[in-house]
Formats: sequence, C-alpha cells, structure tokens
Amino acid sequence: MAKTAKPEIQEKTKASLPKTKPANDRWELRLYIAGNTPKSNAAIINLKKYCEEHLKGKYSIEVIDLLQQPQLAAGDQIFAIPTLVRKVPVPIRKIIGDLSNETKVLVGLDLKAIK
Amino acid sequence: MASRKKTENKLPKSPTGITGLDEITGGGFPTGRPTLICGAAGAGKTLFSIEFIVRGALEYNEPGVILTFEENTEDLEKNVASLGFDLKKLQKDKLINIDYVRIERSEIEETGEYDLDGLFIRLGYAIDSIGAKRVMLDTIENLFSGLQNQGILRAELRRLFSWLKEKGVTAVITGEKGDGTLTRHGLEEYISDCVIMLDHRVANQISTRRLRVIKYRGSLHGTNEYPFLIDEDGISVLPVTSLQLNNEVSTQRISTGLPGLDQMLGGKGFFRGSSILVSGTAGTGKTSIAATFADAACKRKERCLFFAFEESPQQIIRNMKSIGLNLQQHVDNGLLQFHASRPTLHGLEMHLVSIHKKIKQLKPKVVILDPITNLVTIGQMSEVKSILIRLIDFLQTEQITVMFTALNINVSSSEQTDEGVSSLVDAWISVRDLESNGERNRGLYIMKSRGMKHSNQVREFIITDNGLKLVDVFVGAEGTLLTGSAREAEQLNEVTGRELRTHALSRKDREIDRKRKVLEAQITSLREEFDSVQDELNKTYLEEDLRKKIMEKNRKTLSQKRSNGKNS
Repeated sequence: MAKTAKPEIQEKTKASLPKTKPANDRWELRLYIAGNTPKSNAAIINLKKYCEEHLKGKYSIEVIDLLQQPQLAAGDQIFAIPTLVRKVPVPIRKIIGDLSNETKVLVGLDLKAIK
Repeated sequence: MASRKKTENKLPKSPTGITGLDEITGGGFPTGRPTLICGAAGAGKTLFSIEFIVRGALEYNEPGVILTFEENTEDLEKNVASLGFDLKKLQKDKLINIDYVRIERSEIEETGEYDLDGLFIRLGYAIDSIGAKRVMLDTIENLFSGLQNQGILRAELRRLFSWLKEKGVTAVITGEKGDGTLTRHGLEEYISDCVIMLDHRVANQISTRRLRVIKYRGSLHGTNEYPFLIDEDGISVLPVTSLQLNNEVSTQRISTGLPGLDQMLGGKGFFRGSSILVSGTAGTGKTSIAATFADAACKRKERCLFFAFEESPQQIIRNMKSIGLNLQQHVDNGLLQFHASRPTLHGLEMHLVSIHKKIKQLKPKVVILDPITNLVTIGQMSEVKSILIRLIDFLQTEQITVMFTALNINVSSSEQTDEGVSSLVDAWISVRDLESNGERNRGLYIMKSRGMKHSNQVREFIITDNGLKLVDVFVGAEGTLLTGSAREAEQLNEVTGRELRTHALSRKDREIDRKRKVLEAQITSLREEFDSVQDELNKTYLEEDLRKKIMEKNRKTLSQKRSNGKNS
C-alpha cells in the first residue's frame, strides 16, 4: 500500500500535503455514538470493514458513547450521531451518518484516491 | 370574568426583564415552551435572546444556556460587553453556559442515516451542568446550510423542540427572516407557541427598530408594532400607549412663574401633572416662558428636567440671565437638569427612550421640552404625534407636569393645532406677534385650559430685564387691543387726561364757589330790602295805632268836656 501511495503524492502535492502521513503514520479515528442504536451499530460495523480493507494495521478506532461521556461532545463539535472524526492525519475531517456509503466515507477520509 | 382571569393565570410566563416587553406579552415568554424570534439580518435577534438569558440569570435566578451556531464564545462575549453584560463572569458563576456549535460544511461528509442526538446530548449536558431554566438557540437554521439531508434535519428539529418542552426549559430560538415566510427554513412550523418578529426599518435616513408579537398561544398580547432600542443598557421596548385612560389626577395647582398668567388661569396656575403646550411664532418668547416655569418649579424646590433640542444648556442659561432668570443656581443645586441633544442625533424612538430614561433617573416634577417642533425634522408628523402621545401618557401616569414649546411656522395657521397635539394637552398657551403701528408686540392667549376658569383675554406680554410680565389689557377707541408703544401712548394719554380732568374740576369748583358767593350776596341784599320794607310797614302800622289811640283819647276828653259844661 505504501507503494501505491507514493505516486499519488506526486500527482497531488498541492492539494493534500498531509497525505504523506497516511503512508507513515497511524490513522486515529474516533467514532461518536449515543447508546446502542441500530445506526451506531451499523456505523461501527461499516467503519471496521473499511478500515480493514483500506488501512489495515495502521489505524485505531476509539468509540465514544456520548450517553456515558456527554462532556466530550463539545470538544469535537459533535452535533450529529453517529459522527466519525479523523483526528490524525490532520486536518480533521468529519463524516456523519451510519457510514453506509463506502465511496462517500472514503472520499470523506481522503482515502478515495488510494482505492 | 373571574374564570377568564384564571385561565390567563394558568399559562406560566418567564419574565424577560427587557423593559417594556413584559408589558406587551403580559409577563414574558411562555415558560417551558420555545419562543421564536425572527427578523432580518441586523434586527437584533441575538441581542434580544441574550438579554433574555442574561436577565433571567441575573434577575430571576434562572440560569441559561446559550447554544450558538453563528459566533464563537469569545466573539459573543465581546459583542454583548457593549451592553454591559459580562458573560465571562456569568459563566464563571455557573449562571450561563455558552456552547458554540461550529458547523463547517467543508469538513463534513454525510453518508447514510444519522440524527442530531449529539446536539441533544450537548444541550442536555449544558442544561444539566448548571440547572438551566432558559435556553437560547442562535441561529439553529445554520444547520440547514451545514447539512444536506433536509428530511432528517426537519424531523430532528421537530424532535428537538418537543424535547425542549419535555425538558421544561424556556427556549428562545432565533431565525433569519425568509422570503415570504417568517424564517428562511420555516422554523415557525415547529415553534408555534410564541413568535416575535423584529424589524429594522429606515425612513428618512433614520432607522427605527420595531418589534411585533405575531402570535402567543394561550395569552393576550399587544398586537401592535412596538419600537425598541438597543443601547448601553440593553433593549427597551416602548409600548405605544398604556391602553387605558385612567391616570390618576391631581387637583393641586402649580404656579406658572408668571403672576399675570396665573391670574389668567383662575388665579392659581396649572394643575399638577397636566401637559401644557406653548406655541408661537419665532421669537415670541416660548423658551422664556418655559424657563420661567422651570425657574418657578426650582424655587418651589421641585426637580425639573429641561430637554433642549435647539440650544445648548449654556446658551439657555446665558440667554435667560438677560431676562433676570438665574438658572445656573438651580443647576448647581441639582434641581434643574438640562439634557440637550440635536434632534437628528437619533431617531424619534431613541429620543423618547432617552427622555424616559432621564425621567426615570431624575424623577422630576416638571419636564420641559423645547421645542417639540424640531423633532419633525426627523420624523413624520404622525410619528411625532405618536411619540408625544406616549410621552404625555407616561408623564401623566408619573404625575409629572410637562411643558412643550412648539414653533408655528405659518402665522396664519397659528390657530390650528400644532402637531395635532392640542387635543392631547391639557392647557394650550399661544404666544403671537401682534403687528400694528409699525411694531411687533407679543400677545399671549390661553387657547384652552381644561378643568379651570381661564381668561379669554389677549394679554400683552413683555420681556423685561427682570423677567416676563403680562401687562393689563388696553383697548383702544375702536375696540382694538393696544400693544407696545401704542399702549404706552394710551397710558400716557390717560395720565394727561387725568391731569386735565383734575384741572378742569378745580376750575369748576371755583366757579361754583363764586356763583355761590354772588348768590349769597344777593340773598343778603334781598333780606336787607325785606327788612327795610318790613320796617316801613311796621312804622305806618304803629303810627296808625298811635293816631288811633290819640284820637280815642281826644274824643274822650272832648266828650267829657262837653258833659261837664252842661252840668255846670
């Protein structure tokens, strides 16, 4: 995967400098949910699936249940549930919804080109 | 009636603390229900809501949550600092919780189903952390620009408002005015308990903010458009009029400061708490009358507030010194306060509010506005009238005597109503130029004075070094009023006439004396004559008597002699 990433950097240096990072760094993803709802579950399942496919071995997912920790909602500017936040690499990106549309999630995470 | 009152009491209300708004809404916003505040950009929606929250926290012990979608916390703090609200301190005191919800569309990708539970949780957390009773959402419509799925959004908003109701918080939601709708995204369909519309209109280059309660379920409310103001003390709404006309009235009379004028007003002056209009053409001494009235009030140790729209206080004090009124001493005593401002400084409403405010601060007994006609330069006649109605109304409820001066531009129309306020005022004094014999003099009449006997005479009114004076009426030969030098001439004439008359009188007296003397002389001579005639007559009478006696005697002697001769 590191191999495929390299030519991509040359192609799009201007647009997304941070994309150098996926190659080296880990991806820190945070998923905000509120309780055990179908939407939340769907989001967790979908996210895990995409990460296994595209970011195998270099991602970490933190699931935060806002019902347990409501004070954390303001920090990441969460207003919709579920929300996936890409903390690293920067810039922060957010994807809201149950993540059912893979293309959109990958675009949202700037992973689309990789695929 | 009683049952009706009961139902009205049933709807609990949260006072807004905004001056005037609680009067219009009959106590404030509906407790535990959302209220929509809509209006165009810059109409003051945010400040309005913030004031509701801040006043709630400070005055009614109801902490509040501010959920802002537009400005971040720091900006908000700075913006309302100009209104004297210290949000930082309030946050520290756990009275207010500000949460800024930033929605950046470029950062957000939507995919699949979602809901706004995050917002609910944040709001719920914010509410619970300080035990908030009030919530402000400013402007929730920003969600529409941040999120694509309108269907979800609308369903979630509906849920949000019912959730807020469940929570029992009194919510204020702002919404930008849309095209043909109250809000751009039709928020009004979710919030139907109370809708308040703010408006910002510019007429004649002067802007006026207005407020209207569009609906208020389960409550009576004022339906008019009410002007409101944002100034350093927050928002003030002005109900146009208190709806009833049942002000307290006073029978106490107060002097006008002009003994002559008092005399014309039944000898006692105006009623306390009445409104007096002094109208007249330019330079007829309206301000002088007003200043005299103010001076009289201050001399009675009553506080007086002088609103000058034409001259600066210093100018008025200087000018009044020239007619012997020392206003400076009253200013120094704190009895007299000037408040001078150019009419064009701000809109009529602002003037009204600043007048209100000053009056509330100083609590004067007498208020003077000089002149109200200048206000016309910044507003329509009808607006000025409505302002004056409100002002007079306010002053009457406060039992404050007010004197307005008004300039008549057109002499011929001087009998007509000035600004249409003559029907509002209790007493109307007209000062007019009387032009005759190549002079202009001032004439003063009382056009009306409710509830008291008043003179119907035109009195000449003169300004002397020692103040104003009303001169007695001088009516000339043809029944015309004499004024100025004509009056003085007449006065002189009268003096001469008196002199001449006394002179003539003394001459006549002497004549009579003389006549009497002649008569008396004649009477004496006649009496003398009579005496001599009487003497004469008496003389003959005595002679006759004497002769008769002597003859009798002679006869006796003769007859004796005769008988003796016979006997002898």
